[in-house]
Amino acid sequence: MSSHEYDAVVIGGGHNGLTHAAYLAKAGLRTLVLEKNGVVGGAAITEELMPGFQFTTFSYALSLLRPEIIHELDLVQHGFLPLMMPSSFHPTGDGGYLLFGDDHDANIQEIRRHSPRDADAYDRYHRDLDRVCQVVRPLFDNPPPNLWGSDPEDAVDVKWLLDHLGGVDRKTMHDTVRLLTGSAADWLDDYFEHEAVKGYHASSSVIGSKVGPMSPGSGLVLLFHKMGEHDGHLGSWAFHKGGNGGFTQVLARAATSYGAEIRLGAGVSSVLTDNGRATGVVLQDGTELRAPVVVSALDPRRTFLDLVEPRELPLDLVDNVRRMRFRGVSAKVNFALDALPVFPALPPDANGGGVDHFGGFLNIGPTIEYVERAFDAAKYGWYSEQPYIDAAVQSVVDPDMAPPGKHVMSCFVQYAPYELRGSTWDAERDSFGDKAQAVLESHFPGFGDLVLRREVVTPLDIETRTGLTEGNIFAGEFLAPQMYFFRPAPGWSQYATPIDGYYQCGSGTHPGGCVIGSPGRLAAQRVLRDAGR
Amino acid sequence: MRTTPFHPRLSELNDQHLYTHWQGTLSPLRYTHAPKHEYFAVRNSVGVFDTSPLYKYAVTGPDAERLLAGALVRDVKTCRPGQAQYTAWCDDRGFVMHDGVVFRHSADEFLLTAARPALSWFQELATGLRVELEDVTDGFGMLAVQGPRSRTVLASLMPEAESLAYFDHVPTKVGGAAVTLSRTGYTGDLGFELTVPADDAVAVLDAVLEAGRDHSIRPFGEEALMTLRIEAGLALIDVEWKDARLSFSDADCVTPKELGLGWMLRGVRDGSRRFVGSEAIRRELVDGTSRWLTTGVVVDWADWDRLHRDAGLFPPKSEHPLPYESMILADDANGGQSEVGYCTSFVYSPVLQQHIGIARVRPDLAPVGTALRLELAIAHHNTTVRVTTTPMPFFDPPRKKEQWKKA
Repeated sequence: MSSHEYDAVVIGGGHNGLTHAAYLAKAGLRTLVLEKNGVVGGAAITEELMPGFQFTTFSYALSLLRPEIIHELDLVQHGFLPLMMPSSFHPTGDGGYLLFGDDHDANIQEIRRHSPRDADAYDRYHRDLDRVCQVVRPLFDNPPPNLWGSDPEDAVDVKWLLDHLGGVDRKTMHDTVRLLTGSAADWLDDYFEHEAVKGYHASSSVIGSKVGPMSPGSGLVLLFHKMGEHDGHLGSWAFHKGGNGGFTQVLARAATSYGAEIRLGAGVSSVLTDNGRATGVVLQDGTELRAPVVVSALDPRRTFLDLVEPRELPLDLVDNVRRMRFRGVSAKVNFALDALPVFPALPPDANGGGVDHFGGFLNIGPTIEYVERAFDAAKYGWYSEQPYIDAAVQSVVDPDMAPPGKHVMSCFVQYAPYELRGSTWDAERDSFGDKAQAVLESHFPGFGDLVLRREVVTPLDIETRTGLTEGNIFAGEFLAPQMYFFRPAPGWSQYATPIDGYYQCGSGTHPGGCVIGSPGRLAAQRVLRDAGR
Repeated sequence: MRTTPFHPRLSELNDQHLYTHWQGTLSPLRYTHAPKHEYFAVRNSVGVFDTSPLYKYAVTGPDAERLLAGALVRDVKTCRPGQAQYTAWCDDRGFVMHDGVVFRHSADEFLLTAARPALSWFQELATGLRVELEDVTDGFGMLAVQGPRSRTVLASLMPEAESLAYFDHVPTKVGGAAVTLSRTGYTGDLGFELTVPADDAVAVLDAVLEAGRDHSIRPFGEEALMTLRIEAGLALIDVEWKDARLSFSDADCVTPKELGLGWMLRGVRDGSRRFVGSEAIRRELVDGTSRWLTTGVVVDWADWDRLHRDAGLFPPKSEHPLPYESMILADDANGGQSEVGYCTSFVYSPVLQQHIGIARVRPDLAPVGTALRLELAIAHHNTTVRVTTTPMPFFDPPRKKEQWKKA
């Protein structure tokens, strides 16, 4: 490898590219990260849009990041600081609310206030779901076995999987399959009766996905989001100091400390190959860089259809990647606020206290039916009249996000289909922002008067700025036929590609999207194993 | 039940009604449902803690320094007016009784805080000396204002906060109230304490809360404090050690060196400084007879996770300290394990993302990086998890001692 300037070139400085590069550099590979934008982070960036106001433009919280990565890359040394989001707030749409906090028994009372029957179901629900998470975790944190491989090691991997599944009890196996194939609504119906309680628990079942909570497949999205293990609490979320941009800066410092080099403003136009072997990359400015290992952290469409000649790839792989679903339906509407919003049923007290409901996510999707109706529009190429919103006033958790007394509010808004029927996102940007703001106004009267600045990030913006195809935040939808053995395509789920020396480490590979780091980490294990390290 | 001077206001901010009895005084465990959020106020913005239950003794008179120099483990003669020292005192066998902070206000005026009642002890030592001792505990409230934004918040009330050095103190005013502002605390972070006449306590607290409102200030309780002080490597009486005068066996007693306070012992080994217990401590130092040394231990995260997952459990990461002590073991030559110490405090540190503990181990096993094991029960079975000795404080941000120039 010594004839090249670099042992490995990583295309894309998102969180997976950075994670991957850090592992390679730590193992001694001279590693270069090429990032097309002027800042690393990909879709995990923080931007100061007004003096003192820090916006998490795209990705906005942390949960699924694998704990192994924190330790193995010594991230605390480089500033890793996940702040607790102490509460979770769910307006019920009738002026009431569900407010959850860190006290389990108080949470049960909160449920009982709405439905005595749902109180004990709450514990059972979480126990059953946690059990499924235990079963799925080893699959999550290891590469999928290659069912079609001829290597004896593949047979060992398949046996490992079968043995693991064979050890799962009947109920948990059934629950797992129901979640992986069914709808969140059906799953929740088995536990809860109250519409708002169901609505609250369904909230993570549609994030980033073109499904409604009543669609089969929403159970999988719900389960995926529950796999987060922040500080040992399943499904718990944290806010990284300085936002997810703060987190990717930590990753960049870690990667650099291990010796990786990061080049900004360095978009890659293609991967160089010679005789079925990757030999380097060509930058958009024409510069050629040689390296025996080239790793794409971009999504599968770009990895297989843009960066290399599809002609060099097996036809079934090209077909699968073309067919893969990327239908982005998510947008962001971010606000700079002059003061905290007011929820009429929970007015601030004289001391400025009594606003604990702003400590975490504000889940604006009162019932399953509300969210399902929001989804309806997307089926027919239009955005929701009354969108579902996952909001967070991040400056409450991290005061450094806004000037003293002021606030920033991140709103993840669905549904906003990438392709609009009969219009364009540039034409609809403000109208869409208005719809989201109107929903907030309906729950927090006077909200509009607090707005100092509004940023609307459409699916088209997501695609244009981060490179994520169709603005799909997971770099490929969370659909059963696009997960595990099949992510991104059958037979290519182990981070290699048909081109020797060319690898993939983005969220389009197993286990998938979110700020999780696993694709970067597992791909690094593969690269290092192939390199005999 | 006895309450502190800040209680009328702080109790209004407490929606939990969970209190301990700290030395017979109501002391909140937490103010909200989320003590970890209170903890992060201190690590990321600013929090206030009511530390009024500490005993406070005014020590005044021409022989005040002489009394304290002969009683305290640390050399109080090096403490100039306007400075404070964290210190301890021992019985005549050189075993630690209590710890506290001594504030020197002038050549012959001191204020000593104490974790446990100690007036008669000092009075007896003062026999024949020109010194007055007075229990002024009830006369003052003490409010700790801790966290990276504490300086900014307090400087808006007291410009002195801007440039006050670590462990210095200064008389100042908040509104009309006389306040002693000190750069002290028990969190291991940038922080201050305000010593306030009891009658002015609520007014001063209100001013601090108002100044901190836009900085997300919040009160924090004992639960958050425990995690903070363990991260800071700070010992706690009746957890890390027992009052030597109240112990029934030497095994329950520790010397300053064994407790990790060896850094206080300048001038003891050569006999140039004498105080109660110093002769015994001198012999301990000269003969090398310390039974233990105090060290930090960090848990091997992978071992912790594996042990729990193998038992079908989720690896717990609780920011609530364990309420009991666990044994420390070392692998011995014939494949077994033997007890070589004990862990007095143990907690998951959210800022460090690791389980940490304060441990006392055989002196030969204390050097940094020694591989040991910590006993713990998993699924009703005693097992051990790998730990490594590490220096304390575990968490030690530069801002804690950083010196800012006068504006």
